[in-house]
Amino acid sequence: MHTIRKILRWLEDRTGLGELAMRVAKHPVPPGSKWAYVFGSATLFCLILQVITGVALALMYQPSSSTAYQSLQFITERARFGRVLRGIHYFGASGMIVMVGIHMIRVYITAAYKYPREVTWISGVFLFILTIAMGFTGQLLRWDSNGVWSSVVAAEQLGRIPLIGRPAARLLLGGDTIGGHSLSRFFSYHVFIVPAFIFLLVGLHVYFVLHHGISEPPKAGRPVVRDKYRQWYKEMLKEKGVPFWPYAAWRDLLFGALTICVILGLAVLFGPPGLTEPPDPSLVHTTPKPDWYMLAIFALFALMPPRIESYMIVLGPLATVIFLLCMPFFSNKGERSPLRRPWAVFGTICVVVFVFGLFLTGMHSPWSPKFKAMPLPASTIRSSDSVVVRGASLFYRKACLYCHKIEGQGGDTGPDLSAVARRLTADELKLRLVNGGRNMPAYGGLMTNDELKALVEFLQTRK
Amino acid sequence: MNKNSTDEANQPDRGRREFLMKIALGVAGVSAIAASVPVLASFFAPLLERPPGLWRPVAGLEGFEVGATRLVSFENAEPEAWAGTTARTAAWLRRDAAESFTAFSANCTHLGCPVRWESEAHLFMCPCHGGAYYPDGSVAAGPPPKPLVRYSVRVNNGNIEIRTSPLPITTIGE
Repeated sequence: MHTIRKILRWLEDRTGLGELAMRVAKHPVPPGSKWAYVFGSATLFCLILQVITGVALALMYQPSSSTAYQSLQFITERARFGRVLRGIHYFGASGMIVMVGIHMIRVYITAAYKYPREVTWISGVFLFILTIAMGFTGQLLRWDSNGVWSSVVAAEQLGRIPLIGRPAARLLLGGDTIGGHSLSRFFSYHVFIVPAFIFLLVGLHVYFVLHHGISEPPKAGRPVVRDKYRQWYKEMLKEKGVPFWPYAAWRDLLFGALTICVILGLAVLFGPPGLTEPPDPSLVHTTPKPDWYMLAIFALFALMPPRIESYMIVLGPLATVIFLLCMPFFSNKGERSPLRRPWAVFGTICVVVFVFGLFLTGMHSPWSPKFKAMPLPASTIRSSDSVVVRGASLFYRKACLYCHKIEGQGGDTGPDLSAVARRLTADELKLRLVNGGRNMPAYGGLMTNDELKALVEFLQTRK
Repeated sequence: MNKNSTDEANQPDRGRREFLMKIALGVAGVSAIAASVPVLASFFAPLLERPPGLWRPVAGLEGFEVGATRLVSFENAEPEAWAGTTARTAAWLRRDAAESFTAFSANCTHLGCPVRWESEAHLFMCPCHGGAYYPDGSVAAGPPPKPLVRYSVRVNNGNIEIRTSPLPITTIGE
């Protein structure tokens, strides 16, 4: 014991790390920094979990376009605890995105970004962007059919950047097409380049938090006054501050540990996302879909008017980022309490509801044709008339059923046609079929007159 | 700054020291630039090297009915040895007449998702956001901003050949 103490004393004398750690651990924090303050550290816990599980996955993953799929199969099906490991990495990414989102909302609602913490907020905005970038590049490393087509979608989005669109897309893919360089690049982005910026910014973010101190819980009627705030904060800490360790740290530790427990539980229960078909761009009968955190954007692109979409693909995210970065300069003094900032609270609720609504819509994807729709059964057709039966068959074969529902069967892109004959006459139906509609192909040149007649006859039975 | 260092800074050879510092900074800058050239080259390599367009046989004339549309696949130009299945690209090939073919890219012009040919509906349909195209590749419905991209196609010694092309990327304003 004596020898160990001697070694530790020697180490402390030569490094000074113990003193530094104690200074950080014991730095005073404002009283009342309770559960609302745990989400930033929970994000850090998730990041550490991601680094550790990522390193473990890298021991088995083959970052080569030709073998990555097989190595993922090996990890999932044969490696000891491989399925759980992939599951933890997947749910860890989800956890990190959820925590960073809640942390940002908390900082915004309590206006903790105001003077003198503007740069802390800006570093946080960049960390948020990098976290999303990690999530997306991670999805691409799941190098199956979905990964391949998702990278094509990403390249298409980059292609909309004015002037440098095509070169940017080529840089992402590592060439003119998906190929050998693509996965090597995604691996490099996910494992080296983006994490390097994350580590740098996490270091800066934590340094800024320590430098300015944790923002005190806001109080109505106690505005931030730029000339007086620093002095007031210093005196408040001196008078009422409590050491971070253990008075505030236990909550961070407990919540972070519980977050990891939930991630582990989800990984064991549900496992990682299943692999789809092999990464072959010549397999086209597949439906690429992003992971849940990109679903809201996916939905937005589907719902946006097509004529503005190409512009909004670039301008939308750019405007959002510029708004977030500039926000502390528009509003960096005055009230911090949510009770005195009702518009900020209302705006946040609107954004959350909007994003959650888009997410739910993206889950359902009503704009996607339902290719798995089956031909209508006799119980739905309810007719023995040969023309009507033929019309019902055409309704399936001409892909109408992919987009329209009839008595609960079919897609959601177009209107439900279960009772269309109540709304439209035979002539109106014919006109609609021949000329198409707002978002419907004109079938005039795609069907014979007999086919058109049979289809209208069938639709006329839908009352 | 202690007294000794202040004295040192005021010494007559201060100009020499400043000169040496400039030399050191210059050499450091040159070495940093020199080292970054191969690093940047590796990053920007895709912009510096353009693979040539090569003709790839995709199907024979026999058994390909006039009016039929088939999914064909071919190898990209100069694929790397480690590209595996990602070296392949798909196209939709239609026989318009005895010696006339049209080849469409399988990528939707909206966001690049794989379009599929619905032979009975005579439509190309995209699973992602519901884009649809007529048999000639023009937009029938949904968000695609332009028609399906066409590949060059030819008949050579009884084989139908498609010329390899870059992944069709839709740019702003198209």
